[in-house]
This record gives sequence, structure tokens and C-alpha cells, in this order.
Amino acid sequence: MFLGLFETLRRHGVPVTLRELLDLHAGVERGVVFADSEAFYRLARLTLVKDERYYDRFDRAFAAWFEGIDNLDAAIDALIPDDWLRREFERSLSAEEKARIESLGGLEQLIETFKQRYAEQRERHAGGNKWIGTGGTSPFGAYGYNPEGMRIGQDGSRQRRAVKVWDERRFRDYDDSRELGTRNIKLALRRLRHFARSGAGEEFDIDATIDATARDAGLLNVRTRPERHNAVKVLLLLDVGGSMDDHVHTCEELFSACRSEFKHLEHFYFHNCIYEGLWRDNRRRHQRLSTFEMLRTFGNDYKLIIVGDAAMSPYEISHPGGSVEHFNDEPGGVWLQRLAAKFERLAWLNPMPAASWERTHSTRLIRQLIGDRMYPLTLQGLESATRELIH
Amino acid sequence: MAFQGTDTYVASDALRLAVDAAVALERPLLIKGEPGTGKTLLAEELASALGSRLITWHIKSTTKAQQGLYEYDAVSRLRDSQLGIEGVNEVGNYIKPGKLWEAFESDERAVLLIDEIDKADIEFPNDLLQELDRMEFYVYEIDRTVRARHRPIIVITSNNEKELPDAFLRRCFFHYIDFPDRETLQQIVAVHFPDIESRLVAQALDVFFDIRDVPGIKKKPSTSELVDWLKLLMADELAREALYDRDPAKALPPLAGALIKNEQDTGLLERLAFMVRRQQSARR
Repeated sequence: MFLGLFETLRRHGVPVTLRELLDLHAGVERGVVFADSEAFYRLARLTLVKDERYYDRFDRAFAAWFEGIDNLDAAIDALIPDDWLRREFERSLSAEEKARIESLGGLEQLIETFKQRYAEQRERHAGGNKWIGTGGTSPFGAYGYNPEGMRIGQDGSRQRRAVKVWDERRFRDYDDSRELGTRNIKLALRRLRHFARSGAGEEFDIDATIDATARDAGLLNVRTRPERHNAVKVLLLLDVGGSMDDHVHTCEELFSACRSEFKHLEHFYFHNCIYEGLWRDNRRRHQRLSTFEMLRTFGNDYKLIIVGDAAMSPYEISHPGGSVEHFNDEPGGVWLQRLAAKFERLAWLNPMPAASWERTHSTRLIRQLIGDRMYPLTLQGLESATRELIH
Repeated sequence: MAFQGTDTYVASDALRLAVDAAVALERPLLIKGEPGTGKTLLAEELASALGSRLITWHIKSTTKAQQGLYEYDAVSRLRDSQLGIEGVNEVGNYIKPGKLWEAFESDERAVLLIDEIDKADIEFPNDLLQELDRMEFYVYEIDRTVRARHRPIIVITSNNEKELPDAFLRRCFFHYIDFPDRETLQQIVAVHFPDIESRLVAQALDVFFDIRDVPGIKKKPSTSELVDWLKLLMADELAREALYDRDPAKALPPLAGALIKNEQDTGLLERLAFMVRRQQSARR
């Protein structure tokens, strides 16, 4: 019955499955909604969409599907300005809305159609609905809507007619079409879990208790042990600024996933290449920690993850004084070698697609320096990186 | 039956429909939304509106799915066996029912709130799939299947700290509590403070929405913070006066601590006010 809607949704990239469609059917069958297009819209959204990220896509798909159904009178009361309001009204329309009006035969015709429909509707609903009784002078007051989403008129939700609810597209901001959700990143990082028991004993240890009890000739001797914690230690070095600005979102996601996944996570920032100083807070990047100190502070049981696009001038790696920001006594390559020598478990995550690496001279240099342990910042890349880091 | 909100809770049409559908089709209802928009409150109000019992299961980072079903207290049993206490042969004496069990065994339909499910481990929701789907689970120790006598109404809240697995989402109805518009907020305020001055509400809402609109603010103040703030304002005459003749060059609204919970945001507002002051003095 709603196969058209189902197909439209899938075409618009809303992940819906048969199970959810059946839910919608069940809802309609049980009479949760009846002959109310706005409620139907809500029920459909409730059952078919599982994340507010998809609300906007759903609204668009629903509007597209709904426009195809012309025997529902709710589709009409969208655009109803009187002559004296028309200019104001046209000004407030966006380009795409204007285009849609054109496709429906222009504003004039639309208003004509509407007025006809409105007359019919008024008779049909007479007495039942407050706004018809009081409305009529000011269209905007009566229909309670202006295309910019402002609502005028006070008697509850009746004014917010269905078409406009989804055309408001109030959830536009939530749709970021991100490819890499943090859940996926976290699942990829799970491979890095290294469980160890430390701290106070809280968990009942059956084996040890049986053992101890048997040794005490059957006198109960309860043993506990500490709970398991993820003991993996991760050191994260992040390239910031410059060419990395394009990848901020991906890096933020990776960072937030790491933050919640690892208890022992240390992070530092650098710009372009690693030199003698790193910083922890981007707003106080002048309070630097010497890289030597960093090397001394963290043991080689830390797993080192460097995130950067490795796109820089080759001189930054090969020559003293090559840095774009300051005069460095030692070339970046020397620092990279020091890091690689200290931290056996190392991976470089590069947000640039792997196909482009060969074309960048500095990327080739860095791959040589770190023993070809560069991985793309995608889920597959992350998985290969964790495989490299784990053993 | 239809949930209409209660004397103390204003529910939007969409939320009412969501609750009705979840009750009618016996599906768990997953509620997301900004903190402070009344996600947890919904379950409480729903329970009181239906006159049924509310069972709350607060999820923490250490919570395991098994704890919601039952726990077997082996230590007590071992101890009792040493002391020769009666009933130690009966393993059932040492099974402690969890919140789900409690909800399933309830004599009448209960409302079960699983609060902040995103706090638990990333695998947690997957461990509850069967239980939520079939509303039954098996207790190995006593070889018995616990079945729901009346399918409880399940409300699950999430703050989006972790994404939930697809398989879990498929079994739920999903509703996102959108931040209320001004009208709805006015209703909410009216519900909480029936005899508040309308001038105070108008002023406070202006300030409130201004702060929410400040670009780059980290933690937007929410409904519950507005209610707290109004409560403070009503108790404090001086602060109220300060609110009425509010000068844009003054950094923070009176009693701002109730609205702004983050020192970065405080700093941001102070910087903005500083810019306003500078503009004013440049104009003079």
C-alpha cells in the first residue's frame, strides 16, 4: 500500500527496511491514525526513521511522494496569499520553492485551485474547526503559516497543516550525510582492546574460590579479582591547521571515538610535520612541550597513532629550517625517525585517499621513514592500522 | 486510550502520537533530544497518566544487560551452605530479579524506563534484542522462562553519546524531541508557574532565545534550565529588576549560573558584550 513511499524513501537515501514498512502498516491497521495526513506523516516518521539525521531526508522524500497524490486536500492549503500579500509572499520564497510553484502551473493558477478547494473544505468542515469560523480576513492568520516557518494563529496544531510540517524541513541541520559514524570507528577501534586486570578486587572469582576453599578443607574462602579494563595505551598526534582544515570533521569523529574507547589516551597537536615541540591545546599552542620530553614521558608500550595528510614541502622533512612556521634546527625527518625508533607500534592515518599518496613527494618520504605504515583514514584503513598496532 | 500530556507535562502532537503508537503496537519507544527537553520525565508522566507502575533502570557505564534480567548471588549461597542455613538447596533463593524481570512479572502493565542507554558499553543494546522482541528470557539456574504477563510499555532514552546498533533500532519506534518553539515554551512555563507575571516570562524568553542563538555556544540552555532560572528569578526581586532594565553591554543576564553551565560559554558571552560596549563607545 505504501510501497511508493517506501521506494521514494530508499531513493532519497533513508535507510528503511521491510520490517519498518510492516510496522507502519500495523499502525495504520490498528487505527493509530485515521484520515489525517499530518498524523500519518508523524506515524510514518516514527516508524520508518530511526535517527534524527535522516529526518530532513525523510521530509524531502515525503514531500516528493505526497505531491504525487493529488486527491488529498491537505496538499492544497500550502500557498494561499491574498493579492495584497503576494509580493511579500513571493519575496519570502526560496529559489527551489519558486521553481516548484512554477512546475505546478504558476502562482496564479495555484491560488485559483486553492480557493476552489478552500470553499469546498469550508463547507465540509463547517463548525468543527475554529479557524474556519474566525479566519478569512487574514490568510496568514487563518492558515497559520508563512513559508519561512513562522506560525501565526493560536488554536493549537490545526493550523500547522501537514504539507507544511514536512516542507518546513526543520531538521535540515541534523542531516550531515556523514560516512563514518562514530559507532563504526569505535567498533573498528575495539580490536585495540587489551584487557588487563588491575586495581581493587571487585569481581567474584569462581575458580580461585573453589581452589582456595578446597585447600582449606571445604571451609569457604571467597576470592575476588579486579574487573577487566581496557589497558591499551594510545598516544595520538594530530596535524592541525592548513591543509588539514578540510578533514576536521573526520578527525573530530576519530578523536571523540578514541576518547570514549581508551582510558589511557594522550594526545598532542603538530602542524604539518613533527619538530622539537608539540602542544596539547590549540588555543595555547605556544605552551609547547618539547618532543624530547614527550619521548621520555611515554613508554614504548604506548601505541602511537599519527593523523595527518603528510602533504607539505619536502624540505620540511629533509632540511633544517624547512618548517613553515619557525626555524627548526633539525629536519622533520630526524624527529620522525626518533619517534619510529622509540614506538614500535606505530601507524599513520592519512585522510587523503590512498590513490593520491604516490603523487605527493612528502607523503612518499614519510612512508619510507615510518616503514610504510600509512593507512587511509577510512574504516578499512583503520582496521588495517589496528591490526598493525595490536601485535 | 490516548496520551494527552498531563497537568505538569506539555507533550507535542508528534510525541503524543509516538506514545500512542508505541503503546498500541507494543514496541519500545526510543526518545532522543537535547538534554533537558524532558525525555526521562516523559516516562514518569506517562506512568502517572496511565496509572501504572514505573520501573526505572538507570544505565551506567558499567551496567551489563544481564543485570536487567537477573543476578545469581553465588557468594551468599556459598556462605549459607557453610553455615548450614535452610533453603540453600533451592537455587531460586539466590536469584535476584532485575528490572526487566520485575516489569515482566508485574500484575498489571508497567512502564519500564531504560534511562540513558547510550551510557553503557557499545554492545549493551545488542544483548537485549531477544528480550525486548519476545518479552521473555530464560533463567539457566532455575531452568525457567520468564515471560511478560503484560507487555510493559518500554521507554528508552538516549543522549547520543554512542550510536546504537541498527538491529536494536529496528525494534524500536524513534522519536526526536525537537526543541520547543516559543509558544510551546510559554505553555510549559505556564504549567510550571501558573501565576507568573507575563512580563517576566516575555523578558526571560527573549534572553533565553538570544542566548540559544549565540553562534558557537557549547551547551545551549534547555527547557529544564529555563524552568530553574525562572524559579530563581521569581524568588529574587533584585534579579528580576535587573532583567527588566537589561543593558546589552552587561555581559550576563542576572543569575546566569542557572542557564549557562560552561565557563567557555560564559567567556563567549562576555566577549560579545565587550564588543557591544566597544561599538557603543565608538558611536559616542
